Amino acid sequence: MTSISAHFQTLRDRQQCALIPFITAGDPNLKTTAEALRILDRNGADFIELGIPYSDPLADGPVIQAAATRALQKGTKLEQVLEMLEAVIPTMKAPIILFTYYNPILHRGIKTFLLKIAAAGVRGLVVPDLPLEEAEELIQTAASFGIEVILLVAPTSSKDRILAIARQSQGFIYLVSVTGVTGIRAQIQDRVKDLITDLRSVTDKPIGVGFGISAPEQAHQVMEWGADAVIVGSAFVKRLAEGSPTERLQAVEKFCQELKAAITPVSLQQVGSAK
Amino acid sequence: MVSIQDIKTATVQPDSLGRFGKFGGKYVPETLMPALSELEAAFHQYRNEPSFQAELQNLLRDYVGRPSPLYFAERLTTNYARPDGTGPQIYLKREDLNHTGAHKINNALAQVLLAKRMGKQRVIAETGAGQHGVATATVCARFGLRCVIYMGVHDMERQALNVFRMKLMGAEVHPVEAGTGTLKDATSEAIRDWVTNVETTHYILGSVAGPHPYPMIVRDFHAVIGVETRAQSQEKWGGLPDILLACVGGGSNAIGLFNEFVHESSVRLIGVEAAGEGVDTEKHAATLTKGKIGVLHGAMSYLLQDDDGQVIEAHSISAGLDYPGVGPEHSYLKDLGRAEYYSVTDKQALDAFQRLSQLEGIIPALETAHAIAYLETLCPQLKGNPRIVINCSGRGDKDVQTVAKVLIP
Repeated sequence: MTSISAHFQTLRDRQQCALIPFITAGDPNLKTTAEALRILDRNGADFIELGIPYSDPLADGPVIQAAATRALQKGTKLEQVLEMLEAVIPTMKAPIILFTYYNPILHRGIKTFLLKIAAAGVRGLVVPDLPLEEAEELIQTAASFGIEVILLVAPTSSKDRILAIARQSQGFIYLVSVTGVTGIRAQIQDRVKDLITDLRSVTDKPIGVGFGISAPEQAHQVMEWGADAVIVGSAFVKRLAEGSPTERLQAVEKFCQELKAAITPVSLQQVGSAK
Repeated sequence: MVSIQDIKTATVQPDSLGRFGKFGGKYVPETLMPALSELEAAFHQYRNEPSFQAELQNLLRDYVGRPSPLYFAERLTTNYARPDGTGPQIYLKREDLNHTGAHKINNALAQVLLAKRMGKQRVIAETGAGQHGVATATVCARFGLRCVIYMGVHDMERQALNVFRMKLMGAEVHPVEAGTGTLKDATSEAIRDWVTNVETTHYILGSVAGPHPYPMIVRDFHAVIGVETRAQSQEKWGGLPDILLACVGGGSNAIGLFNEFVHESSVRLIGVEAAGEGVDTEKHAATLTKGKIGVLHGAMSYLLQDDDGQVIEAHSISAGLDYPGVGPEHSYLKDLGRAEYYSVTDKQALDAFQRLSQLEGIIPALETAHAIAYLETLCPQLKGNPRIVINCSGRGDKDVQTVAKVLIP
């Protein structure tokens, strides 16, 4: 399996904006999570962000928070998630990025945690409550395990911080598109365009935009503004939370296809249909 | 071994990353990092500015009612006297006499003055027992600022009187249903609000917890408790107290009392946590006694967590102590061996609640009753006539119904 950086390079060569769906592990159960990962992988996901359920998800809005609570009530544990991933990852193309809060990492010890997730085949890590100042040890240790630590830039970040974060972030830079927590927003603010421009002026690393994107038109807009990846979370989590088991997975499949189509240049779509 | 000089230096200022030893830090979403820097800069700019200090000191005197008395608890002292009449001399630092009935007003008032100078028009806060919520609602009313208080639904039920007081003063009380609907969940929700509205909103965090600079700011705004205690001790007996005793949830009243004496090696510092139904059960809030190092609400400190690194819900009969974390400076003082931390159960606290009421005509907050309860263990161990100062951190009006439910089934 290639690294996140290398996979982004391939996508860039094809001028393809990446689609990064997010789902919460263990909601409604790990069997469904495994099936959802395979479906996303087959239907256009270029990377998949998998949320490890946590008791105090500060950066998450109501949808993902509720999913984490449900998953924890079912008894979902990190070790079970990794066991599931170990079986599923070899069948997938899309690299897996874990989204986890810092305490579960600290609790196991940074090295032990990295060793475990690397062994399961995980390639990247997003830790929303670990800003640059606290991230150094994790970044350095992760490098020796082949794990890329992706840092976040927010609309409130100063120019100096943007530059420092861009230097340290690996794989790509996660641009938070709203001043706020994760969740579905009716509109993507115009300032995202300026934020992408600001970031682009200081880095050639890929830029992934997330938080608030929930519709194909929004994904298309963000791609037009120059993002290298579009990250969609709550809208997927919501689809996995409603309806019968079959309906949930069908909804995820259809939504993933729609999003992918919205961020795929027409020329590439034709190549796809000719296959 | 750490020298007293080290302790003095370390507790004057956390390091550049906001750490007391390894504890503290800023474990928050990137969105908040600039706001924390802005707050730290404002704090350093204004805290020693004459006009800020003049406004604060005037309000502390005329609005809050400071200095709070240092009261000699004669009948409580007699209760613990040896047969020959000697024994520890017990004093109460009467923070319960402050406006709004607890020490919380010191910090809320000072932070609202900061918020005003920072140009913030909206204030948010979290609250457990409601005392910090009431203090924040009070100062927001005083300065005409919009105020939103996050409070767990379980706490809203057991602290209905304080919910009413907050609403009466014009605050919006936002119920939090997540988790067990207590202080931990209210704090998470307040942080989410702050992440969303950080450009217009100041978050008046209510304890010496949370990301840097809050543990430092809240401590410094409560340090007046210890400063007054030193002056009053000097006046009453011409020396220092021998023992300081305070309850610890997040730990703000304890740090407020301790800070002035941390480098006075002759003064024993004792913090009392909530053991709930017992530290060997699953229902307690004894973080320093039973917790492991972790990260919650932006700071590294001792934390109640399970074997998967998930935060465990704390339990205490006292809504203000019902918190699985603790301020990072307390973790530091514990590891240094500078402060001692023990715990007492709900039952012991209830007994102390009644004891102080009956011996002194002072109904303490259930939080405070935990500190009072530890006298039962401490006094028989002491020799001579040491002077103990207990921080009477709040009054018990808000807890009367909770206690009545237990005592009159």
